[in-house]
Amino acid sequence: MAPPRCCVLEITGLRAGYGAIEILRGVDLAVGAGEIVALLGSNGAGKSTLNNNVCGLFKPFGGTVRFDGKDIAGAASTRIVEEGLIQVPEGRRVFPNLSVRDNLELGSYRRGRKDRARNLDRVVDIFPRLKERWAQSAGTLSGGEQQMLAIGRGLMGEPRLLILDEPSLGLSPLLVEEMFALIGRLNTDGLALLLVEQNVVQSLAIAHRAYVLENGRIALSGKASELAENPELRKSYLGH
Amino acid sequence: MFDPGFILAGVLNGLLAGGIYVLVAVGLTLIYGVLHIINFAHGSLLMLAMYAVFFLWKLAGLDPYMSLPIVIVGAFVVGFLLYRGLIGRFSHGRDENILLITLGVSIVADNGALLFFGGNTETVDVPYAGQIIELGVAFLPLAKVISFVASLVICLALGLFMAKTDTGKAIRAVAKERQGARLVGIDVEKIFAISYGIGIACLGAAACLLMPTFYVTPQSGYAFVLVAFTTVVLGGMGSFVGAAVGGFLIGVTESLGGLFLGEQLGQIGISLIFILILLFRPTGLFGAKA
Ligand SMILES: Nc1ncnc2c1ncn2[C@@H]1O[C@H](COP(=O)(O)OP(=O)(O)OP(=O)(O)O)[C@@H](O)[C@H]1O
Ligand SMILES: [Mg+2]
Repeated sequence: MAPPRCCVLEITGLRAGYGAIEILRGVDLAVGAGEIVALLGSNGAGKSTLNNNVCGLFKPFGGTVRFDGKDIAGAASTRIVEEGLIQVPEGRRVFPNLSVRDNLELGSYRRGRKDRARNLDRVVDIFPRLKERWAQSAGTLSGGEQQMLAIGRGLMGEPRLLILDEPSLGLSPLLVEEMFALIGRLNTDGLALLLVEQNVVQSLAIAHRAYVLENGRIALSGKASELAENPELRKSYLGH
Repeated sequence: MFDPGFILAGVLNGLLAGGIYVLVAVGLTLIYGVLHIINFAHGSLLMLAMYAVFFLWKLAGLDPYMSLPIVIVGAFVVGFLLYRGLIGRFSHGRDENILLITLGVSIVADNGALLFFGGNTETVDVPYAGQIIELGVAFLPLAKVISFVASLVICLALGLFMAKTDTGKAIRAVAKERQGARLVGIDVEKIFAISYGIGIACLGAAACLLMPTFYVTPQSGYAFVLVAFTTVVLGGMGSFVGAAVGGFLIGVTESLGGLFLGEQLGQIGISLIFILILLFRPTGLFGAKA
């Protein structure tokens, strides 16, 4: 299945890595408006590398990255956030020395400041637990609470595309369910999502399309429901 | 000699002197907390700020207290540009390069001051220099009381800025989680420059408050920076509250040491504190465990 014509994010021939080591060797990937796209790949395949290059934390070696039609390859992260491309990173990266409230407020440091109060209410609606921890410093939150905070902080910037890098990492099974339900709800409200997950079955169930990253290139891509039936993929990720 | 009134007076005088130490140390600890380096140019920049206060008085007739806003803003701009134009640009993100550059700035500043201002001791004459106010048992120099109160006000204002404004929160965020900061769109390099600027602005304030009772020579910065460094280690590297409490403790130690051991030996107490802290509590009073 070809990616939809009107793409929020369109990556072509992306090459990236660290120093002399090339991790991504020409990756093509697109996320359409209102889509959930799953990005799969074994540990060390380069999923986070892709996210971080798209978000401006690193400069890609080559290739193009278009967001809403604008070229953002190699742009500063400040500008990329300003455009509405926001990542909730692997490992959460919340500000440990700041309160829950301050963490959320900084989510709208660059974008969405005008509607900060309204967005705070919205995030609290989604994660009532955060309200109970309002003045607590983020470093003392539990892992699950930190993950909620990281997502909440991402939502404060009014994303037009949200990249979630392993949002369910370290969550109890019940919380994982809640996390996927939330991802579905955010998408129903019109948000486009790029989802990196170890829970292959669940992410394929919720995603519209999916890509499999292997050896620095996209090895498989297509409709999520079809990939879920793909024997190769079942063998490498599910062991049967 | 051990009369309690005498000791109380010593404590009060120490607290008054501590206000300046707090300002100098807060600047040092802020720069350390955000950039994770010791600013080797701290003393020299304080000295330059003191010369600025001196020349504003000598050439423009400006009272040191009146020059507070000018010198604070000017020092911020100098610090900001110094970071943007020199430290940030040539350090390539490596801490040891930042150290070397700040060391270089200090060498250039010290020798430049010697070359252009000469080695003489310069002082500012203000009509209130000798005025004393009586507080119970203690007779306190008016200028020192003013500098104490002003230091407190400036530190409180800075604390509020750090706690309440987006920029202040961004500074604290960058101090602990740079990548997270980038991901919310904070311009981390700019925050570095702003933090450096604020650290130097604290020196500007200290210079204005010092000059009515102190003198300036090209070496003036050193004494204060040694004290400030001890303060920062005592309070805990990077800790704001630690710098404040540490500054007053050091002021009192120095004052009491001076009373009992004589003016020249007052600073021995400071060195003693420094060694004891390093031996028994290397993280400082308010420092996080490494
Ligand atoms: N900062 C870095 N410097 C050097 N190499 C790095 C860096 N970050 C990642 N790598 C290497 O790049 C490769 C891809 O890492 P990446 O984090 O993108 O994988 P991933 O697909 O996200 O894996 P995981 O599922 O475990 O999160 C790995 O071999 C990793 O060791
Ligand atoms: Mg990863």
